[in-house]
Amino acid sequence: MTNEQPFIDVRHAQKSYGTLEVLKDISLQVSKGQIVAIIGPSGSGKSTLLRAINDLDPLTGGEIWLEDKQVNKDLPHRQYEKHINKVRQEIGMVFQHFNLFPHLTVRENITLAPKMLKGISDKDADKLAEEQLAKVGMSERIDYYPSQLSGGQKQRVAIARALAMKPKVMLFDEATSALDPELVEEVNLVMKALAEEHMTMIIVTHEMGFAESVCDRVLFMDEGVVVEEGPPEIIFKNPKNERTQNFLRKHLNG
Amino acid sequence: MGLDFTVLPGYFDALLLGSLWTIAIMLVSAVISFFGGILLAVIALYAPAIVRYPFRAFSFVFMGTPLLLQLFLIYFGLIQIGIDLPAFVAGVIGLGLHYAVYNSDIIQAGILAVDKGQHEGARTLGLSRGQTIRKIIVPQAVRTVIPPIGNNLIALLKDSALVSVIGVAELTLTSQLAISKTFRPFEFYIAAAACYYVINLGLEYGLRKIEKRVAVAR
Amino acid sequence: MDFDLILRVYPYFLEAALVTIQLAVLSIILGLACGALGAYARLSRWASLRFAGATYVSVIRGTPALIQLFILYFGGPQIGIQLDAFEAGVIGLGVNIGAYMTETIRGAIIAVDKGQIEASRTLGMGGWQTMRYVILPQAARLMIRPLGVNINAQIKGTALVAAISVVELTYTAQRYIGSTYKPFEMFFLAGIIYMVIIYITGLGINWLDRRAQIK
Repeated sequence: MTNEQPFIDVRHAQKSYGTLEVLKDISLQVSKGQIVAIIGPSGSGKSTLLRAINDLDPLTGGEIWLEDKQVNKDLPHRQYEKHINKVRQEIGMVFQHFNLFPHLTVRENITLAPKMLKGISDKDADKLAEEQLAKVGMSERIDYYPSQLSGGQKQRVAIARALAMKPKVMLFDEATSALDPELVEEVNLVMKALAEEHMTMIIVTHEMGFAESVCDRVLFMDEGVVVEEGPPEIIFKNPKNERTQNFLRKHLNG
Repeated sequence: MGLDFTVLPGYFDALLLGSLWTIAIMLVSAVISFFGGILLAVIALYAPAIVRYPFRAFSFVFMGTPLLLQLFLIYFGLIQIGIDLPAFVAGVIGLGLHYAVYNSDIIQAGILAVDKGQHEGARTLGLSRGQTIRKIIVPQAVRTVIPPIGNNLIALLKDSALVSVIGVAELTLTSQLAISKTFRPFEFYIAAAACYYVINLGLEYGLRKIEKRVAVAR
Repeated sequence: MDFDLILRVYPYFLEAALVTIQLAVLSIILGLACGALGAYARLSRWASLRFAGATYVSVIRGTPALIQLFILYFGGPQIGIQLDAFEAGVIGLGVNIGAYMTETIRGAIIAVDKGQIEASRTLGMGGWQTMRYVILPQAARLMIRPLGVNINAQIKGTALVAAISVVELTYTAQRYIGSTYKPFEMFFLAGIIYMVIIYITGLGINWLDRRAQIK
């Protein structure tokens, strides 16, 4: 790791539901352009951590920083709303179940937020949509509705929608888990292309092969703590911790 | 006194005009009931308690009492407080409010049924709560509840006959006027029923078209 | 709000409420009978019965109840049907709600899983036996709630007969609005009585529904 100030800085993140502690004092620094994978069994807290980064699941303790801005600020409701809506525009998020807006066309899905929040003109918004769709190979379907697309196509549009906000970082929450196996690759290709452009990314995933080939760093989480972290060639080939070894044995062969 | 349907053709124009008024009443009340329903639903779900509870009481009373009684209240009540509305306006407000309350119930269920992920999807893009409700949640909710709202519209069309009682010259009152001249109630009410039936068929046809059009966008 | 006035006139409203209740009870009983017959016709093997059932539902649901009431009460004498206003009210309202109940009952019967029919037929039960012992008991449970909705609508629907001068709640309220010029008080009084009737009916339906779900 370099000495420069981290791009994303998670400091002592802690979250509990009642007495159940799902994140136990987690710290994580991601520098600009870095690609981090978070792996681990379900219930390990990896999705919760990712969703805390844009305050969808607010932490009960600790701080999240994006560059020089604190994300999870304790503010009066109105000010918090203003603040978080600004911050979220800089953090792109891609969900397992796409969460495309079914009542809007592909074009409208992409242009809605830029038009509303950045006030860009219809013409510029259209150009933006075309650019982003070209990037994910979905230009042909610009005037389709989500219900007319396959799962893989939906996810590519969802990625384009997030990218259209020109985010500083992209969060992927099991972006391919809900897809039929034959549709996974098209989404992976889009993510790989993003990696080559040095987009800062945090990826929660079940796909060890993908994590190994794309990511700079891998975190293995279990029961709310980071058990082990390091470069993929160490974590996947030579894990030190027994829990990591057990998990990988199940998932690499499975 | 037997039946004699030959009196009807002489009143063709009157019945047609009455039908047009009925359609006009239906359309205006439909607009009120639709947008009123959305407004009431959003208030019922998102407004602070101090606003929410009076509106809930209002809904409760409107759902628990007959439309005819409500029409009397609005028509005579407004006169009493010095607002002398034309019967048409009072009728349309009464029908519109009555069905707004019923639509609100349906739309609330629709809003609650919108996937939580939609909320998250919009919020992660940076949309505020209000923007999310307005642009994402309500439009989707309305699309999913178009069939039951359509059923309410069909019921509204038939209930529009009630505004004849406060003196709106729509199809039912037009028939009554013709009857007072010809003393042929059976013939004219059958004719009125036929007109309603045809309007109803047209309405059902229109609703099916709308349902098909939004089917892909949901 | 003029409470003295309310206290003075409420006995007349209660009397009128009795008429409303009678109208509701009798027309609902007639409606259930029409609904059962209608559903039987609509699910019949005979095309002509199915057609008759469908026509009944379509015509009644396609036209206003008020017009149906007027045809019966004002037009009836022309074709030899002489009814007083109350009788016309019960029959008109009953036949009207019967069409809606037809669809409710039919819907509940159709909603019973097809596998139930197949299972009882493979046991050797006949069509009628299957209906009587397997389908109907299950459908009965499914129809309590939607029939409750029909009944709730019908209680409010009885107000229509005010238009043919049956002295029930709404007619009474209207008359007192005319003579006292106090629409809010009269609405308040009649409204409360309607809501109480509907509330109590709702309790009864919930009770039935709960009992049916246990079995």
